[in-house]
Order: sequence, then structure tokens, then C-alpha cells
Amino acid sequence: MTTTKGSVTGVNGNMVTARVTGAVSMNEVAYIGAEGRKLKSEVIRIRGDHVQLQVFEITKGILIGDGVEFTGELLAVELGPGLLGQIYDGLQNPLPEVARQSGNFLEPGIYLDPLPRSTIWDFSPAVKPGDEVQRADTLGTVPEGSFTHRIMVPFGFMGDYIVKSIKPAGGYDVDEVIAELTARDGTTVPVTMCFQWPVKRAVECYSERLRPVEPLVVKTRIIDTFFPIAKGGTYCIPGPFGAGKTVLQQVTSRNAEVDIVIIAACGERAGEVVETLKEFPELIDPRTGRSLMERTIIICNTSSMPVAAREASVYTAVTLAEYYRQMGFDVLLLADSTSRWAQAMREMSGRLEEIPGEEAFPAYLESVIAGFYERAGIVRLKSGEKGSVTIGGTVSPAGGNFEEPVTQATLKVVGAFHGLSRERSEARKYPAIHPLESWSKYDGSIETPIVKYAHRFLERSSEVGQMMKVVGEEGTSQEDYIVYQKGELLDAVYLQQNSFDPVDCSVNPERQRFMFRILLTILGAKLRLKDKDDARAWFYQLRQLFLDLNGAEWMSSRFNEIKAGIEKLAGERSDGLEIAATRHIEALE
Amino acid sequence: MNKIYSRIESITGNVITVRADGVRYGELAEVSTRFGKSLAEVIRLDNEIVSLQVFAGGRGISTGDEVRFLGHPMLVSFSDALLGRVFDGAGVPRDKGPALAENLIRIGGPSVNPANRIVPRDMVRTGIPMIDLFNTLVRSQKLPIFSVSGEPYNQLLARIAMQAEVDIIVLGGMGLKYDDYLFFKDALEEGGAFSKTIMFVHTASDPVVECLMVPDISLAVAERFALKGKNVLVLLTDMTNFSDALKEIAITQEQVPSNRGYPGDLYSQLAFRYEKAVDFADAGSITILAVTTMPGDDVTHPVPDNTGYITEGQFYLKGGRIEPFGSLSRLKQQVNGNTRPDHRSIMDGMIKLYASYKDTIEKKSMGFQMSNWDAKLLRYGELFEREMMDLSVNIPLEAALDKGWEILAECFDPKETGLRTELLEKYWPVKTA
Ligand SMILES: Nc1ncnc2c1ncn2[C@@H]1O[C@H](COP(=O)(O)OP(=O)(O)O)[C@@H](O)[C@H]1O
Ligand SMILES: [Mg+2]
Repeated sequence: MTTTKGSVTGVNGNMVTARVTGAVSMNEVAYIGAEGRKLKSEVIRIRGDHVQLQVFEITKGILIGDGVEFTGELLAVELGPGLLGQIYDGLQNPLPEVARQSGNFLEPGIYLDPLPRSTIWDFSPAVKPGDEVQRADTLGTVPEGSFTHRIMVPFGFMGDYIVKSIKPAGGYDVDEVIAELTARDGTTVPVTMCFQWPVKRAVECYSERLRPVEPLVVKTRIIDTFFPIAKGGTYCIPGPFGAGKTVLQQVTSRNAEVDIVIIAACGERAGEVVETLKEFPELIDPRTGRSLMERTIIICNTSSMPVAAREASVYTAVTLAEYYRQMGFDVLLLADSTSRWAQAMREMSGRLEEIPGEEAFPAYLESVIAGFYERAGIVRLKSGEKGSVTIGGTVSPAGGNFEEPVTQATLKVVGAFHGLSRERSEARKYPAIHPLESWSKYDGSIETPIVKYAHRFLERSSEVGQMMKVVGEEGTSQEDYIVYQKGELLDAVYLQQNSFDPVDCSVNPERQRFMFRILLTILGAKLRLKDKDDARAWFYQLRQLFLDLNGAEWMSSRFNEIKAGIEKLAGERSDGLEIAATRHIEALE
Repeated sequence: MNKIYSRIESITGNVITVRADGVRYGELAEVSTRFGKSLAEVIRLDNEIVSLQVFAGGRGISTGDEVRFLGHPMLVSFSDALLGRVFDGAGVPRDKGPALAENLIRIGGPSVNPANRIVPRDMVRTGIPMIDLFNTLVRSQKLPIFSVSGEPYNQLLARIAMQAEVDIIVLGGMGLKYDDYLFFKDALEEGGAFSKTIMFVHTASDPVVECLMVPDISLAVAERFALKGKNVLVLLTDMTNFSDALKEIAITQEQVPSNRGYPGDLYSQLAFRYEKAVDFADAGSITILAVTTMPGDDVTHPVPDNTGYITEGQFYLKGGRIEPFGSLSRLKQQVNGNTRPDHRSIMDGMIKLYASYKDTIEKKSMGFQMSNWDAKLLRYGELFEREMMDLSVNIPLEAALDKGWEILAECFDPKETGLRTELLEKYWPVKTA
């Protein structure tokens, strides 16, 4: 294939216009030669012999007439063993390796191999000559950390193939030909352990998509119990700055019960990624006993890195997620923040002089957001196994107002909404997920009717609280006041959770059920409290004990001691339970 | 090289166009008008039409004026000779000292590879309890002061700059009032810090384009010092003026505004500057303290809003005090775990109680009966505001923590504080008769 060439005719910010001779395709990658460097770019508009390119680098120094080389390839990632534990930029450049070559700063025009070339992988074949295979079928496996990484027929291989040859068990690097496949038309193609896949195309090599019904446990009480996430589902975390979006995602990235976590740090602070990449190698994943970094991939395109690559980075992340899903893994993709990605689209749309929609976002914003979240899903692979990609994205609405285009477009497509409120974060009520405004369409680890029962207390408590602001404590009945205190207790000791406490930061479903049951004995109790001062004092004492309990090691002697203290204190004032509460408590035994 | 063009095709606002070839994107040119010379930067190339943004503005430029391309982007001289000097946004001396031309460096360079950053770990002590105790400042943090105009934010900046133990102070003034410029100069001189300070000052009466250069030029210099192992504190005041300059220029360029007239890339523009804050593993650091004045005391205004999404928290200065609500140091947890074991709990506990106090105030203002508990909260709130929030309080962190316990013990029973029992046992002051 002859490559198309062009020359620069205009520069406007990170958009470059070039005149071309020959064929070009939409979203094709091109390199602009400027000041001795090659700057990567993507075709985003074609008009006659003029194309417009979004450049993934700073464009300073480009000259009219500079040469442009078109590659004929769409923007793609490299898939193969060795992705886990990597820290990539939005275009899959390994950042630590870039640092080794060019020092402290991200000099433009440096593109390195995403996968290590010299690593020898311990390959075991899974097919034999004569076997019939199709795309995404397993040719063999290699161990990657504690995972069995499948070496698959590249996803772009359409049609049926016969295995002509396959390498015996042994050590090979990613570039070595491990199999030869013969197509229907008799041509033979070599296959190595790695291949390319265009990031903006969903990987659809599965037999069916399933409904996300299995809870994805993140060990945060308010999420697992009240607003659960499902494997293969989607959720979003909108919130004003400082409300706790990033901390919530960081905690989730550590504690989520999934095989693999992909973190897309999209247009936010570099420092936050640094925390993750320095801490994860030191933290142990209780599921595997190995470092958390071994199950994690970080895609890092932070706010001061070039804007066009920010747009690419979320696609890079989701493509890697889909790749591991093809191996039957549960993958969680956390994107922080999808608003920055939307803003990157807005900047480019402005340069293209497209007709702007609301807040100058492009008219296609909604469909692009929907298309991204659609790439989540739990699927049945052709082998019969299941794999899932779950997507959780933060949203950073301008002015913290959820009535803005990105939040609204996202809410239309996700399965759960964890809305963070400034009111709660300012009162240091973390995680600041608003318990009355958030919702989830998924089932969690505690049965829905039981959760609803407890949630009613939050609603009524808030109503009484509102009313009290108008009529004062003196105008509130003792009965209402107790409901108010019950809701406040549930909020303080169950919804709120201390992310920086070694015990409280991660609470498994067993402990959640246990705690929930104890709380039900208080929420559902008819209480003998003589006046408001008495009620307040009693509830504060309880709250204190529950907070101590939250900090105690599960089932330690201290834990049991505090628990006994709670039971004793509760028993002193309880005149029996409501019928519904009794039923729910039994169900939780 | 350095070709001279003597025909200006168009002049719109601060932007002129000329027909030229061989010009690089981002290159500088010198425009000679009858009012003198001004630098201009190439901001758009379209075939042979070159658009330039003129630092001194478009006013008074004639179509027959000369434009000479310099063949390089914006540069600034970097050496120890900068110390104790004052320049404008284009790097021209504002004091009586000589112009500097040796060791020219580029401004607005690439960002630091995240893989080479380290997790910030050193507390910057300020002696202000609302900072040290409740929202600890950390070396390499980027943090703005949010406030309405009229608040003593420049005084606060200067005070922190004097207390913080840094090697070099770079002050970037944008739209600075002349009085404020003199205030900084005097304060730094009195505090004996002027000889380690470099000032790049754009005053309210200078051309708007020069305002845009101030953060880049200040940060480029700071970055070089940091690479030489220095801990640098960069003060930027006021970033709202910088943002308004961006807005003004975007509008004259007919860009589609996204929010209240501000350009869609306001976030990226601010982030590009703030993200220069860094702690190098093998060298020094840059800490950025900025001022963001909030029109109408509205944090949802695009400038504070975008800033809050970028910076590592903010100090909210209101009524001459740093408000606990609305203030945040996102890096505090990097350091407040290693100060004193009660630091985090006192921090959270006192704020929660202060929030309850605020509720009580509201109830009181509506004329509701005050309970026993309300009475305790009222007493607490008053003490908290006087002994902790007042900016005249100047005590080390440890003394502030002790004071915190004292205030709690004076107002509450231990169980009412919501603090864990272990801490209560260890720190609750025993009343001596
Ligand atoms: N779960 C939490 N527990 C304690 N503090 C928290 C928690 N979540 C957030 N914070 C505090 O709030 C700050 C801002 O949180 P962050 O997640 O960075 O906000 P956002 O991403 O929404 O801007 C953190 O630096 C921390 O001080
Ligand atoms: Mg965040």
C-alpha cells in the first residue's frame, strides 16, 4: 500500500489543516513532521483535498508546508500479555519508559512500544494443527501475574481459519510467530501474541449480552447496600469539586471485587494518579495475595497533557477492558472525569466551527456518551464463560449544577447514580453520596425490601428535620423526634464511612449484613425515651458505640465487647420491635 | 532569517495579520509602531496569512507598521541575577535594573511526566490554625484563595510567604493595583525576603495580552529554580484577571463562548498553569498559592468553579477569616497522619460541631427555644471563632491542637464530641481545681 502524503496549510491551536494527495480515511492516524519531530495526529474531517487533524501534542513550532504522513491505520491500541501493571498515557505510551528515555518532561513526539518487547512469556498451546478457529478463539495461554492470559485469534480476523501450525509449549516474546492460520481462500497468515485493535470500535466477539444482575461489591456500605453496582453495569458519580469523586473512585479501585481494574485518569490532576501509582505496588490484593498493581492498568492523561489525547484516552481504556473481558474476566473501568473528555470534544468542535449546542458542547454529545457507556456489559463468550466490563464515570458539572449537558446525557444511559452533594461533603459526611437523590436500578447484597424499609427512615428523618427548621424542636412531637434521630443514626454510622481508617475503609458484605441487622433492631424498635434531651443523649451514646464498632477488627474481642455494649444500651430502652422489622431481622440471620 | 514585513493586512482588537512565509506556530515577532516596539506572538497560521497577538495591544498600530519575525518563541532570561528584581509581563525590567539577556529559556514548556512525580509529603507551616490544623498546606500544593475583592487576600499571601520556609518566592501579579504592588514590595522588604524574590508584575493599566504571559513566565523561572534543587513558592494574584484576559481575547477572536462568555478551554488553560506545581524526586519543588476573586461571592462563577476542579483545594477567605466550610486542602491527609495522633480526629470532630453550631444559630435567628445542647453549641461556636478562626491567632500546630481540646472540654462532655473513646482517654483535659 502506498502511503498518502500531505503538507500543512494551517495551524489553529491543536488543529492542523493539511492538503493531501491520495486517499485518506476518517480517524486515520497521521504524523506531522515539525522541527525534526513526528507529531501524532488523527484525521477528524475531510473536505476535498483538505483534511483537518487533531494533534495529540503541543503544536508550537509547526511551519506551513511541513510534511504530513498518513499511516492508513485507525487510532489503535496494542493488545497482548504485559498490559497489566502498566501506566500509559492516553495513546498507550508507557510513561515510566518515556521517563527513562526523556527525563522529567513529556517531550512531544516520543512514542514507544506499549508492550515490553523483551519479556519472555511461558506459552502453552490450546489448539492443534487442523483445528478450526475464529476471531477471539484461544490459541494458547500464558501466565500474566496470577492471571491466565489467553492468546487469541486477533479480533480483526473475519471468517473461519484452520490452524496450520502452532508453537509447542515454551518461552516466546510478543513478536514471535506462535501460529499460522489458513483462511478459506487458502492464504496463510502468521499470528504473534499481540495485535492491534482500533479504539473507537467496540469488541463484539461474544455470543450474547446478558442482563447485569450480579452485584459488584465495592465494600462501601452506602453503595453495596443502598445504591448497588452490577457486574457489566454502568454508574456515574456527578458532584461539585471537592465533594469526593476521586477519593471514592480511588477507594473503589482498591476494594472492588473484580479481577481487573482499569483507571482512566482523564484530564484531572496528575498528583492523584501519582498517589495511586506509588501506593498500589505496596498494597496487597486480598483476592490474589499479590500487589494491587498486578491487577491494575492506569491510563493517565492528566489536565495539562495535550487535550486531543484526552479524548482518545477513555477509548484506549475501554478497549483494554474489553480485551480482558474476552478472557472471561470481570473488569472495572473507572473514568475520572468524563466531563474533561466531553470538554475535549467541545474544544475540538469549536475549532472545527461546528454549530454549538447547549453550553457550546457539540450536538452529538449525547450519542457519544451513550456509545461509550454501551461498551460496558456482561457477556457470554463463545466458550460459554462469562466476562464483564463495568464502567463507572465521574462527572464534573459546571457550578456543581446537575442540570447541565454532560450530567444529563450520562443520567439517561447509566444504571446507577451516585450523586455527591456539597452540603454533605462540607459537613464532612463522607462518602458524600446523597441518600435521597441517588438511585440504582440494580440489586445489591441486601434484599431490596429490607433496604427500602431502612431507607424510609432516612426519608422521614429528613422530612422531620426540614420541619424542625420551621417549627423548632419544641414544635416537633417526641415520636417524630425519635424518627429523626433514627435516620441521623443510620446516616452517621452506616452511610458515612471513613475511607482513611484501616478497618472502616473496606467493609465486606458479611459485615454489612451483620451491621445492618443490629441497626434494624434500633430502627424498628419502639423506644422508651422520655423527652428530647433524653433521646438525644441516648442516641449520641449509641452513635459513639457504633463508631467504635466500625473501627474494630471484625469479630475481635474488642468488636464483641462493643457489640455487647450496643445490645445492652439498646435493650435498656427498647419496648419490642415493629412486625416488619422482626421479619427483616430474621431474613438477615 | 528575521524577515521584515511592512504591510499589516488586518487589525482586530489585539490581533493583527500579515502575509508571510516560513513562520512557525508560536513564534514571536516585533511590531514597531510610532509608540514604540512591542512583541507579538503567532496564534494562527492559515496558508500565508499569519495572525499575531500584539502584547501592547492593537491600539495605535497602523497598516504600514513593520513586523519583524524573531525566529523563536517567547523566552526569558534565567539566572540568579533575577533575584530581587521586578519585571513586567513581557520580561522587561520594571525597576531601575538592567535588562537581562543571558541564558534564555522557553516559557510554557511541556508538563512533567506523572511517572516522575512523587507524592507530596512535607507540611508547610503557616502558624494559622485554620490552615495548619484544619486544611494543612503541603509543599508542591497548588492552592487558590477564594474571596471577594476587598478581602485581605494579598496580606494573607504575603503572610504565608513570609512564614513558609522556602528558598525562592516568585510573585506573578496580574491586573495588580499599583498600591498592592507596592504593598508586596514593602512587605517582602520588611520581612527580609526581597532578595530571594522575583516579581513579574502586570498592573491594571498595562496591556491585557501581557497579563496572559505572567503565569507562564513566572512558572518557567520557578521550574528552572526547582530543577536546581530550590523549593520555590509562586504567588499568583489575581487569576480571575488572567481568566478575564482570556475571555476578552477569545471574544474579540469570535470564539463561541461556553459559559458566561468564557472560552470552552478555560479549564485546560488554567490547568496547564496550575499543574506546574510539582515536587521533583531528585530536585526541588514548586508550590503555587493563587488568588481567585469571586465576582458576587459566587463559587459557581466559571473562574472559581474551573479553578476548584483543578487546584488541590482552596482557602475561602470571608469577612477576614478563613471559613472552614468552603475551604479544603486536598493534600492534608498526606501529612496530617504523621503530625500528632489526635490531629485528624480533632480536625473532623471540631468541624462537625461547628456545623451543628451553625444550625443552632439558624434556629436561634428564627426565634426557637434553645435547648441545653444548643446552649453548649453556642458557647462552642463563639470560642471556636475567637480562638481558632481569627486571623490574628499565630500559633504552631501543636498548640492549636491543645487549644482544640481545651475548647471542647470547656463546652462539652466527652461523649458529646463524637470522638473515639481511645482519644478521649488520652487527650481529654483533666480539670484541675
Ligand atoms: N471518603 C472520604 N473520607 C474522608 N475525606 C474525604 C473523603 N472523600 C473526600 N474527602 C476529602 O475531600 C477532598 C476532596 O475529595 P476528592 O475526591 O478529591 O473530590 P473531587 O474529586 O470530587 O473534587 C479529599 O482531599 C479529602 O480531603
Ligand atoms: Mg476529583
